[in-house]
Amino acid sequence: MQRGRSTNNDALMQRPLLVSVFIVASCGLAYELIAGALASYLLGDSVMQFSTVIGVYLFAMGIGSWLSKHVGGNLLVRFIQIELLVGLLGGLSAGLLFLLFTLHAGPFRFTLYGLVLLIGILVGLEIPLIMRILKREVAFKDLVAQVLTFDYVGALAVSVLFPLLLAPHLGLVRSALLFGLLNAAVAAWALWLFRAQIGPLVLLRTQCVAVIAFLALGFGFAGTFVSLAEANLYNEDIVHAETSPYQHIVITRWRDELRLYLNHNLQFSSRDEYRYHEALVHPGMAALPGARRVLVLGGGDGMAAREILKYPQVESITLVDLDPRMTQLFSQSPMLAELNRGALGSPKLKIINADALQWLEQTQEMFDFVVADFPDPSNYSLGKLYSTAFYRLLKQHVAETGLIVVQATSPMYARESFWTVVATLEAAGWQTTPYHALVPSFGEWGYILAGRRGYRPPAAIPVPTRFITPDALPALFHFPADMARIPAEPNRLDNQNLVRVFEREWGQVQTH
Amino acid sequence: MRRREFLGAASAAAMLAACGSKAQPPLPPGTLSGANDALGHRLRQPDFPAPTETRRTTVAIVGGGIGGLSAAWKLARSGCDDFLLLEMEAEAGGNSRAGKNEVSAHPLGAHYLPLPPREARATRQLLAELGVLQGDPDAAHPVYDERYLCHAPQERLYTNGYWQDGLWPTLGVPKAERAQYIRFQEYVGELRHLRDSAGRRAFALPLALSSRDPKFLALDRITLRDWLLREGYTAPGLYWLTDYACRDDYGTAAAQTSAWAGLHYFACRDGEGQVLTAPEGNAWLARGLARASGGRVQPNALVFRVEERSNEHVCDVYLAAEDRSIRIIARQLIWAAPLFLIPHVFAAPRPEWLAAIRGAEYAPWIVANLTLKEAPQTRAGHSLAWDNVLHDSPALGYVVATHQQLRYAPGPTVITWYRALHEESASRRHRLLQGRDAWAAEVLADLSRPHPEIRELTTRIDIHRHAHAMIRPLPGRLWSGTRGGFESGRAGIQFAHADVSGLSLFEEANFRGVLAAERTLSRLGVSYASSL
Repeated sequence: MQRGRSTNNDALMQRPLLVSVFIVASCGLAYELIAGALASYLLGDSVMQFSTVIGVYLFAMGIGSWLSKHVGGNLLVRFIQIELLVGLLGGLSAGLLFLLFTLHAGPFRFTLYGLVLLIGILVGLEIPLIMRILKREVAFKDLVAQVLTFDYVGALAVSVLFPLLLAPHLGLVRSALLFGLLNAAVAAWALWLFRAQIGPLVLLRTQCVAVIAFLALGFGFAGTFVSLAEANLYNEDIVHAETSPYQHIVITRWRDELRLYLNHNLQFSSRDEYRYHEALVHPGMAALPGARRVLVLGGGDGMAAREILKYPQVESITLVDLDPRMTQLFSQSPMLAELNRGALGSPKLKIINADALQWLEQTQEMFDFVVADFPDPSNYSLGKLYSTAFYRLLKQHVAETGLIVVQATSPMYARESFWTVVATLEAAGWQTTPYHALVPSFGEWGYILAGRRGYRPPAAIPVPTRFITPDALPALFHFPADMARIPAEPNRLDNQNLVRVFEREWGQVQTH
Repeated sequence: MRRREFLGAASAAAMLAACGSKAQPPLPPGTLSGANDALGHRLRQPDFPAPTETRRTTVAIVGGGIGGLSAAWKLARSGCDDFLLLEMEAEAGGNSRAGKNEVSAHPLGAHYLPLPPREARATRQLLAELGVLQGDPDAAHPVYDERYLCHAPQERLYTNGYWQDGLWPTLGVPKAERAQYIRFQEYVGELRHLRDSAGRRAFALPLALSSRDPKFLALDRITLRDWLLREGYTAPGLYWLTDYACRDDYGTAAAQTSAWAGLHYFACRDGEGQVLTAPEGNAWLARGLARASGGRVQPNALVFRVEERSNEHVCDVYLAAEDRSIRIIARQLIWAAPLFLIPHVFAAPRPEWLAAIRGAEYAPWIVANLTLKEAPQTRAGHSLAWDNVLHDSPALGYVVATHQQLRYAPGPTVITWYRALHEESASRRHRLLQGRDAWAAEVLADLSRPHPEIRELTTRIDIHRHAHAMIRPLPGRLWSGTRGGFESGRAGIQFAHADVSGLSLFEEANFRGVLAAERTLSRLGVSYASSL
């Protein structure tokens, strides 16, 4: 029907504008989805983030539609200007928010909703303007039908493409830039198509070129930008970052301080790791003058091995760490090997890259001293390494007079977790001697020595140390009232109460 | 027109994006296994070679499921060594058999044992012998080896796109309906402690030790569904859970299950839902029982004819591996094969046996083992548990074989998917007979709702088919007296299958096996310490 009435001239005018409705609607929905996804990614609670972002955005579109009646002058010029502005703001929105969040540069939520509001208003202006432009050419009922159809189809296209293709393949920052470019392209296209109606507006052309160039540049460099933002997340220079099959390994440097992060959790800082590792090794080793065979579980950074190698009577160290990338890094990188004084290259040391539980189940070896330096029990897999079953298994591999030492999170921040580990060792038949030390990077940290018999602190530390000296020892074993023992249930495989307690306690620390 | 073209193009583009650019990948490889039905079905038209050799034994046990193995275990433990256990399959174990591949051992059927109540003395004794129950087996709450107790987290439920903790649907369930859950739980909690004037539990396991009070037995005459409605339980979540329980334990929907059987599930144990499990399911129990019998288990041996003579039983046995038959003459016979086989095997089955078998139905099961490159992702909700149940599925969900492994590193795993064909009647078995590929596709479709990546993760799918997995506790099957003919036994023959109880449970099979062995020992004049 419509074809019969159309002249070549309106077809020329209508088609591009309808195509641009499709693109503009796609872009509009995309910014809304990107803002929602980014907010749930950074802030969590996705239901909350999506509904507030969508709410604000729809409301803003309403404001835009209402404001459109005040827009006058050459509507095509206004439309192009709005497109450029939406492209710029929307295109940069994700990157800007990401940077802001990682830099702690400003009020994140305020900026988030501010941006959503602004983009929403501009997007709200678009459709009414297009309808006003087209109203001169098309009957009202056709106009509404056509414009709204393309509007909704555009929204559908993006809502399907976004989760399936864009977010997984381009990421949020680059997806936003891509849609920004599309908005700018619509502006450029309109400028060229309607050059007759608009005339040679040099300024508008320059703006157009500038916006496109800027966004394209951003798109090209978005990868660098994201890692820059990640560097800011760590607030330090990243000197190494990789994802092994088991974890995300990041090493940072700030002045002369090196730090290791595994899955974004700080493992050590070179400024005070000696405190952590001396406290881990010497109270046990100094009490075992006959210790010749030592087992280190975890500890792929080689720092515990460095302390153990100070004892000349040690004949062999077996280091079992799951991740070969960790032990490779800390034996091959000169900068990192310097930290552990080349401990991983020692002829006395044997590296086994295996799951500690599975390795212990199949080995027949016996040890005089065992260091269990595992990540904190933050999930059910790791919780198995703090269970009665594990400590019973360990017992089969420790000599009659031998000792084990377990890193057991903070008795200060995770008091019940710490005493749960003590109760677990006791339920597995060990006699325990809990102690603690202050490691500034971590705070007050807890360890547990355990043996078949009671433990007597050594009178001397026979090797050079900076922190653990004989006169410092008694204070380690004293627990002030705020860290003193509280009743706790042993952590068994069939209840894994430690994982739940740990999650609750550290959750509280993080929210304060 | 242009609009339509444009819309068409746009929707085609959207469809293309939605389907992904790649075509559906081919199904992962795998096998179809199951009961040796070709051999078993030969019983319908027996055309076996005539026996070429005659052997004599004191006791012949026919069938090497949990019932037969338990009987052999009790005989061996009582010093009776002159017996032979004849098993049709290549391996004994019945529903408790397991498979094994380079990633993990995995169940082919039964995969867990709830902590047995005090009444299940034989089962507790077995667990003590295997070192899993530590200390006094008759204690109210004995200590179990934590390696065999299901590790936390035990179970989760996928509902409304979210994995919730535990199996009672709670997400978005109104308060009034949750109040019904509590009322039901309190009620079955009372049933758990209820005893009749003779001191018997209302619902005991083994079921033979239950109260005979008519007010309880009357529950066997209606379905669980009707009982729920009668008692004013209308909450859909409660109905779902009880239906799930019936499908899980009996292969039968709540609308088909005897209310007595349905309530028995909830009221016969006091272990607070704790279960014993292992990567190989219940095969460690079957193997533990089989070890006691030493070399007296004869696999690939199909008993195709049994004739009762005055003081002995003549069993003709087809040895599939050698394609010949032998005749075994036994003073005592323990029949530990499914009861439905009796008319096909006995030369002169007793009329009361035939009457008891009439109307018995068996639930077919499909068990799929999927080998995965890594554990499936959890998109929303609680992390991967041992038992992962899907709310809106006719299947029962899946268990993770590597869950009980002492390891913390991520890696490949095997998951076992279960489906009772509860809607299939004996005459409508066509779905059971569909091939490996059809089942593999159905399994992947079912699991792709919670785990859209399942197809990419799966490196193989092995389907195991159980045509007659479980006898169905339909209304009237348990307490209307039909089981009597088998329960009491006869001079030279005892029945040792869970079918005699009417509930296909490990504890029932174990009880029936031990009971049959003890009666046999009495007949033979061998003294023994009772395990019952």
